[in-house]
Amino acid sequence: MKIQIISIIGSLIFTFFILELIRRKKLKEAYALIWVVMSIFFLILACWVEGLVFISKLIGIVYAPATLFLVLLITVILILIQFSVIISGQVDKIKKLTQELALLKEQVSKLQKK
Amino acid sequence: MKLKVAVIIPCFNEQDNIINVIDDILNNMPENEDWQAIAVNDCSTDETFVKLQADGRAVILDLPCNSGVGTAVQTGFRYAWENNFDFALKFDGDGQHRADYIPTLLEVLKNDQADFAVGSRFVGNCKQGFKSTSLRRVGIKFFQILIKFVSGYTPSDPTSGFRAYNRKALKFATRYYPNFDYPEPEELVLMKKNNFRIKDVFTEMRERQGGVSSISLPKAIYYMFKVGFAIFMVASRSKEKDFSL
Repeated sequence: MKIQIISIIGSLIFTFFILELIRRKKLKEAYALIWVVMSIFFLILACWVEGLVFISKLIGIVYAPATLFLVLLITVILILIQFSVIISGQVDKIKKLTQELALLKEQVSKLQKK
Repeated sequence: MKLKVAVIIPCFNEQDNIINVIDDILNNMPENEDWQAIAVNDCSTDETFVKLQADGRAVILDLPCNSGVGTAVQTGFRYAWENNFDFALKFDGDGQHRADYIPTLLEVLKNDQADFAVGSRFVGNCKQGFKSTSLRRVGIKFFQILIKFVSGYTPSDPTSGFRAYNRKALKFATRYYPNFDYPEPEELVLMKKNNFRIKDVFTEMRERQGGVSSISLPKAIYYMFKVGFAIFMVASRSKEKDFSL
């Protein structure tokens, strides 16, 4: 019972923390989706204790808390892959901006000479 | 109308070589052609930029942050494309390439034998000139086998950065060019994949005139992995729709 209360409070804090970040525009909605889904998932599991055992049995995991770790791990990996994709996109954009800037600098110095 | 040729020189910390390179290019320019040296300064930390400015003969494209040779060269391509150059060349800033071979490279483009010419130390009359270090030769062999495997074309000098582009190849390169350091082997697969006609042309090369080569053993192994992987990825992609021939 004690652990359930702690996990409900913990999940609530986490959920509000994520929502608050989005509300304050510190976190873009598009990038926060996985976090929101994850926080809701943990909130549900905290309230519904048998749920974890139920899901574990469903996928054939004997030790129920392992399911929790599995979900956590998968989510974190997904988020990291999302980060890599975002970084790659940004590299492309930075490249274009760098090139554009160099070309504009050249044009400006040419105009100044005239 | 004189033929406009853009000679693009990516440079990072080439203060000792860059002016000699520009001299070499302009001294070899035929009278009926207009060669423009385009120096792309990839945020050098030495006096490269100051020297270029004082010299004043080259167009200077100054990248605001260090972005790697691929991005630097592509900036030059974009300049050449936007300013309607007929041909573009990539020419190293360290003095390894010899400008007296530029006309040889351009010749195959002018005759429409190829869209894209690669200066090679290892075709035809290959007893002359500097042949490269043994480490580099291992890399060359490795990329030859790999590129032949994925594209069917055996490049005689896959790591050579001495290359010439006609308008079609130039347009493609402004859009698609390997981003990071050491883009040469990957570019061959990319061009072949997109149906550009590639021709290897014999050119002599010199040893570096000054400065330090950017390739040490661990770095070389890292690059062979990275570029090798990139080659497989390029080969696995379909042709680029907008620009392929």
